Amino acid sequence: MFELIPDLALDPLFRLPFVTGLLLAGLLPVLGALLTLRQEWLAALGLAHLAAASALIGLAAGLPAVVGGTLGALVAGAVKTLLRARGNAAYAFMILIGWSALLLVAANSAVGDSLGHALIDGQLYFAGTTELLMSSLLVASAIRLLPWLMPLILRATFFPRFETANRRPTWHWRLGLDLLTAASLAVATATLGLMGAFALIFVPAWIAFRLAPSWRWTLILAILIGGVGYLAAFMTALALDQPFGPVLVALLVAGAGLAAFSGAGTSSAT
Amino acid sequence: MTRAPGETLLRVSGLTAGYARPVIGPLSFEVRAGEVLGLWGRNGCGKSTILKAIGNAARVFAGRIEQAPGLTLAYLEQQPARFPRMPVTGHELLRSAGAARTDAPPALAAILHRRLDRLSGGQYQLLWVWSALATAADLVLLDEPTNNLDPDAEARLVDLIVRPGDGRAVLLVSHERRFLESVCSRIVEVSVDRESGCSS
Repeated sequence: MFELIPDLALDPLFRLPFVTGLLLAGLLPVLGALLTLRQEWLAALGLAHLAAASALIGLAAGLPAVVGGTLGALVAGAVKTLLRARGNAAYAFMILIGWSALLLVAANSAVGDSLGHALIDGQLYFAGTTELLMSSLLVASAIRLLPWLMPLILRATFFPRFETANRRPTWHWRLGLDLLTAASLAVATATLGLMGAFALIFVPAWIAFRLAPSWRWTLILAILIGGVGYLAAFMTALALDQPFGPVLVALLVAGAGLAAFSGAGTSSAT
Repeated sequence: MTRAPGETLLRVSGLTAGYARPVIGPLSFEVRAGEVLGLWGRNGCGKSTILKAIGNAARVFAGRIEQAPGLTLAYLEQQPARFPRMPVTGHELLRSAGAARTDAPPALAAILHRRLDRLSGGQYQLLWVWSALATAADLVLLDEPTNNLDPDAEARLVDLIVRPGDGRAVLLVSHERRFLESVCSRIVEVSVDRESGCSS
């Protein structure tokens, strides 16, 4: 029977996974808002695929999935900055390369197939100390970096020539955002699953961009939507014995549907 | 940095600029603190390329662009960034530009709390231009700022540009001669004929 707070959710076994996921559910929507502002949200799906592929390659080399995935995603993020890869075509290639690599590695390694499925579905309940530490490190990095990154990103979006006109470099904040996003997606993909991680990047920001009265509220609303969606998915998946990733995605998409319905009358005046 | 009235902020000497190949020049002019200088020419003659060269976004083939020591620029291209959803208020836009002034004209002050995507195109463009003018930049480069503005909005744009600004100078590019005459201290005519050069 469905209970509001299933007994399993209170089990000490689930505390580490729960806190790990909650940290990521607060972080990813903020990054999603920045990527949406930069029109780069599709890049997140490419990075998530590349992270999953490199996690499997790392496993084959004896590294934990979360470490291999993070290393691969960091390299992908740095390459994205270096090549100034922007636009849907670049992100489509990132997705295709990641998807191809993921499935080829999965098909050609002993435990790859089941692990490949685990990365796609999410293996939150197996998150341990390593995942919690990396999530905490990412949240701490974001708290440290975002006050510096955020104004630069907003300025570059609305006043793209200000920095170059004054011969100020722009690569450092681009690299900072790409690396933070890549590392966060790698850890999130290894815990929440590929589509669960992408949904937390894309959907809360998508909803917040429609409803929030300001940028400040966009960030707050995105965090709240990500957090509430995660909590609801965690409880629902445990209570109904369903895979976590698909439940999270389903709930977030349902929330997006509600937001689209309620925000239908608040479209642009222009 | 507050500049002395009349101080030369920018000296352009024999500038030939372009991208893969030259598209404009040679051209010479100066911009002094406190003035509004207009570059006038027909559509397609390469006026915008001059601003791009000054703003490090186009190639300089010949000539020199000399800036006063410590000169800071605020450079706006022809169109403001416009996305379907922009949950950013006017106040936040001003902050992101690094706007130092708080004396926005009443018509703009009244809409600063609204999201940019809930403003009309003209309101947003005026706010965008004001964001650059309200910074502490010594020289503001504006490329065809009247694009898409109706006559009322264009009149408000004139008011924005001529508001006094601590020795700040404005370098404007436009194909609308009447607008430049209403707002500029001096006008430099840009000719597409490279042989005849440009006159001021």
